[in-house]
Amino acid sequence: MPLVLVEQTGGTPSDPSLQTLTLARSFGGPVHALVIGQAVDLSQHGVAATHVAVHDGLDSFAPDAWAAILGQLSDRLSANAIFAAGTDRGNDVMARVAARMGLPLATNCISVASGDQIHLTRQRWGGSLLEEARMRSPRPLITVAPHTVVIETASAETKVEKFTPQLKEQELAVRVAERVSTKGGGVSLAEAKVVVSGGRGVGSKEGFAIIEELAGLLGGAVGCSRVVTSAGWRPHSDQVGQTGTKIAPELYIVCGISGATQHMAGCKGAKRILAINSDAEAPIMLNADYAVVGDLKEIVPAISAEIRAARAAHAPLPNPLPGGERG
Amino acid sequence: MRVLVCVKRVPFTGGKMVLAADSMALETRHLGFTISPHEECGVEEAVRLIEANGGESVVLTLGPPEAIEQLRDAMALGIDRAIHLQTDGAEWDPEASASAILDAIRAEEETYGPFDLVFFGNESADSGGFQVGLRVAQALGRPAVTGLKGVKVAGGSAHCEQEVDGGRDVYIVPMPAVLTVKEGLNLPRYPSVPGRMRAGRKPVATSTPTRPPARLEMLRLVVPPGQGRRAEVLGSGPSAAPAVVEMMRKIGVA
Repeated sequence: MPLVLVEQTGGTPSDPSLQTLTLARSFGGPVHALVIGQAVDLSQHGVAATHVAVHDGLDSFAPDAWAAILGQLSDRLSANAIFAAGTDRGNDVMARVAARMGLPLATNCISVASGDQIHLTRQRWGGSLLEEARMRSPRPLITVAPHTVVIETASAETKVEKFTPQLKEQELAVRVAERVSTKGGGVSLAEAKVVVSGGRGVGSKEGFAIIEELAGLLGGAVGCSRVVTSAGWRPHSDQVGQTGTKIAPELYIVCGISGATQHMAGCKGAKRILAINSDAEAPIMLNADYAVVGDLKEIVPAISAEIRAARAAHAPLPNPLPGGERG
Repeated sequence: MRVLVCVKRVPFTGGKMVLAADSMALETRHLGFTISPHEECGVEEAVRLIEANGGESVVLTLGPPEAIEQLRDAMALGIDRAIHLQTDGAEWDPEASASAILDAIRAEEETYGPFDLVFFGNESADSGGFQVGLRVAQALGRPAVTGLKGVKVAGGSAHCEQEVDGGRDVYIVPMPAVLTVKEGLNLPRYPSVPGRMRAGRKPVATSTPTRPPARLEMLRLVVPPGQGRRAEVLGSGPSAAPAVVEMMRKIGVA
């Protein structure tokens, strides 16, 4: 049967883990889940048994310990495959499982077919390209690319069992010693309902004032392209892209960004894209839903002014988005 | 101290993915090449660590003869010398890559002593396997921390920071250690002209490992559907603003 590592926050399973459970169910056999530290209700996700690993050393994330636990439990259950979400932690832990057990690992898969040989499709280039591959392994190790599988619920009688792993001191040596909170300032890029990004076309660090103004009016976050962070105009934490933040807003406003695959890999989750660009033939135009052609330095302030005018006319209607105006 | 940074040669992909005729690679005739972005920060970090602490930095790549360009780029930024594990350009799966790199590290350390730190990118830009560094770390029996956006070295330990939702997770591991890094760790410098001149004279050790059969075998590449939408043009210039705000109202964001 497949064994799935389920990540959680305070007893709530993460969406990528639930997506992974949906994919693992199609692999065949009753699905078993492993959660670390705290029980999670997975009875609506077709899980036959949830194993709750409990150990004194597991109060903070320790990737080698998690990998050891997955290995021990998969041996005990004779699991025919191990799955985890293709998150930072999921990929980290599964690579350690693969290294310990001497097995191949396919990361960020979007589909898997079982058989004598496993046929799978996985993401490359942050999802801008797909690879069809074949894996030969006595126990396939698979991570599932987040937000590529639709969660399907399925009721099941889920047994909940405690699992006590045997952990060596060395397996607890790499662990989170401290969690430092970054002070909250406005809306986080990953969770914003609106993101306004600027690229090379913005021209300078100071040029971002109009981008910030529009984002503020919409209660959104400011993003940028890789060119902008490489030039030092914005911090790397603002970068949207394959090597930056992955965003999923209702509306993504892209100003002066050509739309290279590096950038587009970061905004595949955006519901709608508005491109503002002086080049009507830029690649972004083939990936956007709406476009305005022209100089962003004129267009962006005009949109901000139009929003202000419309709000004044509709006063006293409140800003529809929580968080309100930051600008 | 001694620091090794492992890098991969990858194409600049530009606006669109175009496949070669056999669908086994990207068509790269019209593309430039670079060091995979996360690893550019690994190179910069290695150079800074040696500038601050003294010692030697080494860059390693597994790649085709042309990957010498990326090794020279790294040496132009200040890396002292290079190891080139030459391939014929065929794809190496993550297990095979890790095993060739491991052999090279062992041979290197036998002659020159252990590396205090070995840097990898968190994942390569192209194949994105997320595992070569961790496989090498496991085989060397060294602690490994992934996805780092902050590294400080003090008193024989590496202080490592990962960016997570709402903050940073801190790990402190003894050296020698293997660290995988992400773009944003630092802002890599540009090479200077004298740096480029010096890079041409720095030593490169070349060998040609044999590629073992792949257990994770690529069959073909596919460009995902969804490229090639055509945007609805709401207007041109600032006069488009009312149409834009109308669209925003319709979808409930303004």
